[in-house]
Amino acid sequence: MQYCILVIDLRFMGTSRRKFIKISALGFGGVAVAASTMESLGVNAYLEGLALENSLEKLKQTATYCEVCFWKCAGWVHSDNDGNIHKIIGNDIDPHCNGRLCPRGTGGVGMYTDTDRLKKPLVRKVVNGEETFVETSWDEALTLIATKMKDIKSVYGAESFGLLKHGSPGSHFEHLFKAYGSDSIAEPAYAQCRGPRETGFGLTFGSWVGSPEPTDIRDTKCLVLIGSHIGENMHNSQVQEMSDAIDNGATIITVDPRLSTAASKSQHWLAIKPSTDIALLLAWMNVLINENLYDKEYVEKYAFGFDELKAHVQQYTPEWAYGVTTIKPEEIRKTARIMAAAAPATIIHPGRHVTWYGDDTQRARAMAILNGLLGSWGRRGGFYFKEKISIPKYPHPPYPTPKWGWEEIGEKYPFAEMGITNELIQASIPSEENEYPIKAWLVAGTNLNNSIPNKKLLEEAIEALDFMVVVDTMPMEITGYADVVLPECTYLERYDGIRSATNREPSIALRMPAVEPKYDSKPAWWIAKQLGERLGLQDFFKYEDFKEVIAWQLKQMGTSLEEMEKIGVKKFPRESGPMYLDEGQDHEFYTDSGKIEFYSTALESQGFDPMPKYTRHPEPEPGYYRLNYGRSPMHTFSRTVNNPNLNDLKSENDLWINPKVARILNLKKGQYVWLENQDGVQSSFPIRVRVTERIRWDSVYMVHGFGHNNKKLGRAHGKGASDTQLISQVAIDPIMGGTGMRGNFVKILTENPAKTVEV
Amino acid sequence: MRYAMVIDTKKCVGCSDCVVACQTENNVPIGYCRDWITERVEGTYPNLELELRSERCNHCENAPCVRCCPTGASHIIDGGIVLVTPNECIGCGACIESCPYDARFQHPDGYVDKCTFCHHRLEKGQLPACVSVCPTKCMYFGDLDNPNSEVSQLLKARKHKTLAPEAGTKPHVYYLI
Repeated sequence: MQYCILVIDLRFMGTSRRKFIKISALGFGGVAVAASTMESLGVNAYLEGLALENSLEKLKQTATYCEVCFWKCAGWVHSDNDGNIHKIIGNDIDPHCNGRLCPRGTGGVGMYTDTDRLKKPLVRKVVNGEETFVETSWDEALTLIATKMKDIKSVYGAESFGLLKHGSPGSHFEHLFKAYGSDSIAEPAYAQCRGPRETGFGLTFGSWVGSPEPTDIRDTKCLVLIGSHIGENMHNSQVQEMSDAIDNGATIITVDPRLSTAASKSQHWLAIKPSTDIALLLAWMNVLINENLYDKEYVEKYAFGFDELKAHVQQYTPEWAYGVTTIKPEEIRKTARIMAAAAPATIIHPGRHVTWYGDDTQRARAMAILNGLLGSWGRRGGFYFKEKISIPKYPHPPYPTPKWGWEEIGEKYPFAEMGITNELIQASIPSEENEYPIKAWLVAGTNLNNSIPNKKLLEEAIEALDFMVVVDTMPMEITGYADVVLPECTYLERYDGIRSATNREPSIALRMPAVEPKYDSKPAWWIAKQLGERLGLQDFFKYEDFKEVIAWQLKQMGTSLEEMEKIGVKKFPRESGPMYLDEGQDHEFYTDSGKIEFYSTALESQGFDPMPKYTRHPEPEPGYYRLNYGRSPMHTFSRTVNNPNLNDLKSENDLWINPKVARILNLKKGQYVWLENQDGVQSSFPIRVRVTERIRWDSVYMVHGFGHNNKKLGRAHGKGASDTQLISQVAIDPIMGGTGMRGNFVKILTENPAKTVEV
Repeated sequence: MRYAMVIDTKKCVGCSDCVVACQTENNVPIGYCRDWITERVEGTYPNLELELRSERCNHCENAPCVRCCPTGASHIIDGGIVLVTPNECIGCGACIESCPYDARFQHPDGYVDKCTFCHHRLEKGQLPACVSVCPTKCMYFGDLDNPNSEVSQLLKARKHKTLAPEAGTKPHVYYLI
């Protein structure tokens, strides 16, 4: 067998490229000065200097929680009186980070220092016959938006103003929109990301997975990852707990066509053929049931539809699955037995970004059912019963009731539990059948161009809009389509809502400004309040500063702003009962049957398969490779690529290609190529080839979020390729409306297909 | 006292938090780094081994950079930490050439820079910045002369290696494998 060793020093792969600098500043004069300084300060001058600097250092520490990703780890911002942020360190008592931020949190300071930030409100105007952005005052920008909001409301109804959002700023605008009368709200975090698993697990256990996931990885004996690449997705406490699990000798089983970082830490890496995961999951069920390895007592007590499931999975033998997945039958049996031996301390991890092939809710169901068979829901080392503390609502008048909203817009998808972005976008395209016409958008903190697949549809919708506002900290691509752009200040410069998330024990975290907002940027709460006042909704914003809201809420919760400023994070005792089921304990699940639904009557009633089935998905034509994409630990989506600190770690993405494919196509490591997908869509920018054994020969892989085409993003523009751009085929999940994005295939072009494209 | 760093390659996910934490802690200019991630892939698909590890100055007992320094700017202090005194350094680059680990670089101010084991933090009883932030807790730091220290215990219990042992440098950074 051919054997190869490849060592890559990531400094020279673009992770931390070190510049070659000629010596210019130091000549003989420099030496003379140095010598005299040395005499006066002694040999250890350097260290003494450092020690002195440290003793003089009086850095202020301000409580925050991170906004570089959605994990929202709490930390301390170390800054001086001149407004320089020196570093950001995790809060020791925070369950999201345990005192250790990830590279993005540590490098969060770059969000603040990035000189490419949006600086002034911008309004689209026609100057000399050409559309351009003109800097304007906040008052003018806000008044214009408020006027448009009134116009839309009087002509079409407030419902026709949609909100597309992500993260902390989104909640301030959600309040504004609900007060204004619109519930036409959606975020890519659902239909482009974790929606299917929330619906799939919800239908099975009657409970969302939520964030952070209630996976008891710390105490697990067997962690099963289905395409989830923990470690490359830097979901902090999960990464930490996976490391603990490795220390504790847990078995890790990873199913992934690519040798992910997690796969490399696994005792069993199942290098599955892409798009066949459900076949493997069904075969595992077959083994667990037919070999009597499932948790009989648990299933009998808590589960509904076992007999139907048993009959259903008889057809899915490991031998059958071998032909579909390319995983050998003995490997399927062996791993099923390992899972059963470790149960109930076994986790079939729900994953996070799970919108892959359009039958994703059913795949999530299959994963949930496996957890049910293993008895791991509500058990130590499996899934714990999560708890969070609710934050008291700051008093305001009741919201008006809109005539329609996200539920009606997404009515084709009966099990959608949040707004479906792609449906809201579709509703923005005028047509006879469109009962829910969306006429304007406010986009807050989400770069739709790099998160919504099917660019054509997005552009058609944007083209049809009467009005569009974008609120962001950076000139992301979406800002280029706006009528008004509002510069939000970064999380390091503002107050935001108190963080309360589900965990083993409830906790809250405070975010307060460490420094004054740079440029003419403003916090989202201020923007929402200003708009509210201009719309006559001042009763919904009865405060001068959002700080008052936080102070009031904290007081209701038995603490205070003063206390939280000192501790940053506060834990509260559990009130919902124990984290795990006691032996033989009665427990009602929030499903139709009150039990864990192996057989879903809810799905059946809407005409869907009550139990998951395997469906064949499209495969690449000769000469094409399946486009897989994922995360790198130093970036969050497309939002961090321009961050100077994080860009320094990884400034562009690579196209992973198997050496066999590289040989056939005569591609060399480091060469730049272009991609063209099955619909003839070409990548705007070239991408660097990485020849690696870590990827199968039928697919290529790239990290998501690169290939920015806005020149205002000085570091990110033109660097790498955008996977989103190449995703023009979308398989919609009929159950909840998610956009399956892994059915796109690319061929590799060695010449720039569009010579006219500006690079 | 012999300071040593022990890095568990079984846990490192190569996230580069050590790199960015070092940069912010030590004010390393953007575009430079005192530590970095190396990835080693062995085998052919799907029979593969992947090792990820965080690398830096090995603070060698037998340090070629110190031996070749013409001004004495590169020196070893108590605890075995190899340091560069910037104002003694003439930027000749001999140490950069001599280092088998490519751990040194020319700072834009002209002197040669590299990992200090965060000596300034050790003085305050803090761990090096990289060790203190690592989300996987794959990095350990302590005194090899103390048989009860975490690093001594780990090296006693686990299989380990150093980098380029053939260079005879006696590194103080160990990798658990």
